[in-house]
Amino acid sequence: MDHYYCAHDLAKFSDMGKESPVLWEKFLGWYNAVFAEGALSEREKSLIALAVAHTVQCPYCIDAYTTACLEKGSNLEQMTEAVHVAAAIRGGASLVHGVQMRNIVEKLEM
Amino acid sequence: MPVLEKGTLLKRHSPLVAPASEQMHVIDNTTSVPAFDDLLRRNGLGTLSASGIEIFQINVGKRCNQICGHCHVDAGPDRLEMMTQETAAECIRALEQTNIPKVDITGGAPELNPSFRWLVQQASRLGRYVMDRCNLTVLLLKGQADLAEFLAHHRVEIICSLPYFQERETDRQRGEGVFHRSVDALRRLNGLGYGVPGSGLTLNLVHNPVGAFLPPPQAALEADFRRALDRKFGIQFNHLFCITNMPISRFLEFLLRSGNYEQYMERLAQAFNPQAVAGLMCRSTISVGWDGRLYDCDFNQMLDLEVGFSAPRHVSNFDLAALNRRRIVTGRHCLGCTAGAGSSCGGATIGLR
Repeated sequence: MDHYYCAHDLAKFSDMGKESPVLWEKFLGWYNAVFAEGALSEREKSLIALAVAHTVQCPYCIDAYTTACLEKGSNLEQMTEAVHVAAAIRGGASLVHGVQMRNIVEKLEM
Repeated sequence: MPVLEKGTLLKRHSPLVAPASEQMHVIDNTTSVPAFDDLLRRNGLGTLSASGIEIFQINVGKRCNQICGHCHVDAGPDRLEMMTQETAAECIRALEQTNIPKVDITGGAPELNPSFRWLVQQASRLGRYVMDRCNLTVLLLKGQADLAEFLAHHRVEIICSLPYFQERETDRQRGEGVFHRSVDALRRLNGLGYGVPGSGLTLNLVHNPVGAFLPPPQAALEADFRRALDRKFGIQFNHLFCITNMPISRFLEFLLRSGNYEQYMERLAQAFNPQAVAGLMCRSTISVGWDGRLYDCDFNQMLDLEVGFSAPRHVSNFDLAALNRRRIVTGRHCLGCTAGAGSSCGGATIGLR
């Protein structure tokens, strides 16, 4: 294991349920309910998640919610503004991680 | 756009272009995702069969005035494959023998085929509902000045590609300047009544994701399109169809070059939705190639996967009874039509308005 963070590990997230299936199921049920269409749309929730992902600086979350934002119909302009909101709260340390988001967009887009 | 190549695969002598079996080789060997038929069995869905033909889809050829990055046809100005008048007449003869209610004409840019208008006239004469899959910019070409009026005269539904309501995304997929020319064409169609409530002239838009990800929920994106196009350009339309990009031809090349292929296929498999199977368009469509050969869908057509299991393979031998109950030829590319809310030529297949 050369790196603490590996993109392939995102797919292993559900392994966290192996030793504590009950807790995992509770987490998953709550998590899915949080992101379901409600007073906020799925697209808005994904934009919030993208902003928070940059605040907590989680590369897995950034990867997942960059894709989720695109798959909910957001564009790069809107996603960039969401990241600026996070950065305005947390400052430059958050803003610099927007580079990572842009890298993923660059990889995914034609 | 560092990984998007210019020009058709044919012009660039890509190994993917011919025979199409090279593409099938790539798709068949994607063992990180389950085979489509295995996935059906695992979900208790058996094998895929036609449910009766409602749409007679004619692909009149690969010639197009655009070269879009996601095109599963590898269409472009250099493509010479075009349906002849003789084959077009065979299509009309097949229609005459049946009561298939809808005729869906596609390409390439189908309007560039010299037999296009004749096909529209004949299908209309037979009382069939006619749809034209239009790239919009063709309406502005010299020599096509009366095309929009022709379509309106025959009450043809226009289904036109517009991947996003902004220039950046649209031009990345479809070429520089396409967004603004598309807006000009849409304004012209609106001027004829297309997309205007009460006119009876239907104008639907098509969204394909501009990259290696799934399309958004159709109703939500339609609302965004409607708001943005109305506010910025005063454009009206009826509905937006979200269509998943298929791992075929130029989009397959993009996936391979950008290193997104495996991940995209896994995403499609992960998003497999058993509920999308019943409404798959292949079940209610027959797809006719430019040379008259028959396919289960336009995607199978581009992979040279003709109708199988003893169904008649050419429009000159059209046998509705046999084709109505034919078994569908499938492959891992079919995962593109069963992901998420499903995908078809008419957009999402479940969760519809």
